[in-house]
This record gives sequence, C-alpha cells and structure tokens, in this order.
Amino acid sequence: MSEMLVGIYVFVLASLAGREVITKVPPTLHTPLMSGANAISGISIVGALVVSAQVDSGLAQWLGGLAIALAMVNVVGGFMVTDRMLEMFKKH
Amino acid sequence: MTLSTAVEISYLFSSVLFVIGLKRLQSPATARRGNQLAAVAMFIAICATLLGNQIAEWNTILIGIAVGGIIGYWAAKTVQMTEMPELVGIFNGFGGAASALVAGAELLRLQSLNVTSPLGEGLSIVLSCLIGTVTFSGSFVAFGKLKGIVSGNPITFPLQKTLNAGLFIGLLVLGGAIMGLFQLGNLTTLNTFYIFTIAALSLGILLVIPIGGADMPVVISLLNSYSGLAASAAGFVISSNVLIISGALVGASGLILTLIMCKAMNRSLTNVAFGAFGGESIIGTQGDDSEKIARPVDAEGAAMILAYAQSVVVVPGYGLAVAQAQHELRKVVDNLEEKGVDVKYAIHPVAGRMPGHMNVLLAEADVSYDKLFDLDEINDDFDRTDVVLVVGANDVVNPEAHNPQSVIAGMPILDVDKAKSVIVMKRSLSTGFAGIDNPLFYMDHTLMLFGDAKETMNDLVREVREA
Repeated sequence: MSEMLVGIYVFVLASLAGREVITKVPPTLHTPLMSGANAISGISIVGALVVSAQVDSGLAQWLGGLAIALAMVNVVGGFMVTDRMLEMFKKH
Repeated sequence: MTLSTAVEISYLFSSVLFVIGLKRLQSPATARRGNQLAAVAMFIAICATLLGNQIAEWNTILIGIAVGGIIGYWAAKTVQMTEMPELVGIFNGFGGAASALVAGAELLRLQSLNVTSPLGEGLSIVLSCLIGTVTFSGSFVAFGKLKGIVSGNPITFPLQKTLNAGLFIGLLVLGGAIMGLFQLGNLTTLNTFYIFTIAALSLGILLVIPIGGADMPVVISLLNSYSGLAASAAGFVISSNVLIISGALVGASGLILTLIMCKAMNRSLTNVAFGAFGGESIIGTQGDDSEKIARPVDAEGAAMILAYAQSVVVVPGYGLAVAQAQHELRKVVDNLEEKGVDVKYAIHPVAGRMPGHMNVLLAEADVSYDKLFDLDEINDDFDRTDVVLVVGANDVVNPEAHNPQSVIAGMPILDVDKAKSVIVMKRSLSTGFAGIDNPLFYMDHTLMLFGDAKETMNDLVREVREA
C-alpha cells in the first residue's frame, strides 16, 4: 500500500475519532475548544522544523523560518490563552 | 531501536495525548487538565523533531521559535476576553500560513535538489498550499471585519460568483500543471507556483468579503476547520502522521462548530457562504406600532419583582458584553441569591460573537459554570420560572420564530415568553440583526427596563439590595 493511501487511512480514522470526542464537548467550552484547536493546528511546526532542518540557505530557509515562527505563535498563544480561559471556569 | 523509530513512537504518544486532551474538554472540571495535556503532547512532538533530525543550520530555527513564542505569549496575556473572536480568527490565519509555507519550502528544497517527485507528493504540496493560503487571506478579512477595519456589510459586485468559480477552476488547472511539471523535474514549476499562490490568496479574500459581519461566528469556525485541514495536508507533504492526525482533529472540531452555529442561526452553510446576508445595517420592516403598547418599568420596580420571585432565569445577549456589564449582572444575581432566589443563566449558542463566547465572558465575571445552561437544557424550564431577565438580547428570544410566516421561522429560540413574567433590559424597542419586530416586548406579562445596560444594572444592584 502506498504511503499516500496509509495517510488517507490515518486521516479518515482520526477525523472520526475527532468527531466522537468533540460532539460531546458542551457549548460552555466551545470558545476554549476553538482556541485549543488553534494551538493543536500549530502542529505544522513539526513540518516546518523537518523542512528547515534540511536547508541551510536561500528562500526555502526563510520560508521555513517564517513557518516556524507563525506555527509557534499558535502553539504558545493558543495553549496559554486557552489555559487563561479555563482557569476562569469555576464552580462555587 | 533506531533514532527514527524513537521519534515515530514519540509522535504516536503525542497523537494519543491530543485525543485524550480533547476528551477532557468534555467537562469544565477536567478541561484545564486536558489543555495542559495537549500542550505537553506538543512539547514532546517538537522535542522529538529537534532531536530526531540532522539540523543543517540552527539559527533560523531558534530565532523562529523565539520570535513566535514571544508573540504568542504576548497575545495570550494581553487579549481581552471580548476580543477572543479576533484572536482565534488571526490564529486560524497563522496556522494556515504556516502549513502553506511548509509546502512552499519543501517545493523549493526539492527543486534545488533537481529531483523529480511522484504525483502524490506534488498533489500534497498543491493542496497544502491552496488550503493554507485561502485560510490565511480569508482569516485576515474575517479579522478585519470583526475589528471594523473592513466593512461588516457584505461586499458584493457583479459577476462575483462567476469570478470566484473562474478563479477556482484556474487554481485547479495551475495545480495540475505544477504537479505535471514537478513530475518532469521542470524548473519552470516555480513561476507557476507563485502565480498559484497569488490566485489562492485572492480566492480567500473573495470568498469572505461577501459574508456579513453578523455571520462571522460561522466563518471563523469554518476557517478553524480549514486551518486543521491545511495542517493535515502539510502532513501528507512531509509524510508525517502526527500532522495528519492533529490536523484531522482540528478539522473535525471546526466543522462540528460550524454546523452548530449554522443551526443556531437557522441558516444553511451554503446560505451563509453565498447569501451575502447578515450585514450590520438592517433595513427593518417595522410593523404597525400604533396598537402595540410596551410597558416600561423602572429599576426599583424591576428589583421588587426579581427579589420576590422564587426562580429567575437570566438571558444575556451580546448587548451585555458590549456594555461590559457582566460584573454588574453577577452582583445583581449575588444579591438575589442572598435573598434566597434560585437564579440560572440561559445561554443561546449565538449569544456572543463566537461559539461559547458568552460563557467565557460570564466565567470571567466569576459566574459559576454550573449555573450556565444551554438552549436544550433550559427551554423546558421556562413555564416553571417566575421571572426571566433578558439583558441585551433580542432575536434569540423572539417568539416570531414559531410563526411559520416569519423570516426567522424555525430559528431555535429561548422560549422566555412561557415564564410568568419577563423583564427586558434594552436601550430601545429597536430590532435585532434579523431586522424584525419582537412581539415579546408587547406581551401582557413583559416589562421593559429601558436604559444603558451598565447604568441600569448598577441601579438594579442597589435596588435589589434594598428590596
């Protein structure tokens, strides 16, 4: 089986798992869910690092560096702002 | 065990932690832990990548991490809770851009090596660039609309849909050309790729400008989904399962929220995307006002009714957040509870400017989350409720939704008119986004408490205490 096909398998199954888990998230937490999702979509940082690791000059290096910075904004900003919100959700 | 196996196992571990982290978002009690778990997963994935790859040049990588980290930290610390839609909007854009850049950098790298590439890889690069770029430019237009930099009104012009369709077909042709050239190892791929990127940027802008400001919650949810799909596509580019899995999770999440918001606004996704509806300015079809009499009440009178009730349900709308009166509302409720009144909050899905926004604003005002109820949870309780206090909400409590002839027919609403009495706190009798009159305001058991939400709420705090 080709690599692409394996990837499609993984994508479809992960989407189904995501649907099962996320439909049960209560409306109260939908904003933190979205900002948390922002942080998780920052996973492109792994792609940016893998590509950047292989280049040492030229435009590709610049694009890679920019991708790392943008993904990192999402990772740090996303997880932190989600934490800030969830900290406020209290029961008393 | 080789290094690459260890890295792959770390990625698997991260993917599992992402799913478990999201699972813990199913309850406010465990949600914070879940988010922290996902952050740990991300940390593991980043460390594994840095340790598992031969790094040709560290400087760019370290500078990128530092700059991004500092901006992210600053944004998370300084953003106001009312600005969360803008922040999520811009983060969607960054996520999309990062994925598109990964595709671009990989294309340049392969090109410089002068190698041909299989069709699958070309397809991944084209898709990643397309979805990522559309997400990027679309998100910035959405951000501009939310901020008021770009007009919140739908921007339309003749042949707009034709242009969009033409652009889309053009993108498919160019994408196909890139894949073909790429397979032949042809260096002219690059120029085609630049044109492709510019066309994709334009498409993102053109897709979002005709959508009205009031529909931005749907657009942001949809772009949230796209940012995930872009990450998945980037995962196909570098053959990384952790990207494919995480991207799919985000894609599913954004899509679910999009559909929830569409349902709450009584619109289909195609209607939001192509309807050019939901502008900020509304031409109201004001009905005949002469026979209808709204009964006004002052803060003292309203306080009396609230303080002597057994059960009160508060319905906050976006007007409350605009007036920044959440804290005053909480004080009113605190005083009522001291008098033994049972108080709950009923939150409509579109009460804020993004899914769940009102809940965050109330949590910030220190309202206990177990007092927040969504539409399905509370709608059956209204006929057993003594007083409903509606603050800055309109369309979401409009009983016209049950009238099949109405423009908002079928929109899910909070049935507050079933309560014994209703107090509506509002500036005036003006209409909401839907632009239609609200019969609730003229019902026999409804009292109108006119005024600025913050000032009136302050009066209420005092009057309830004295009642």
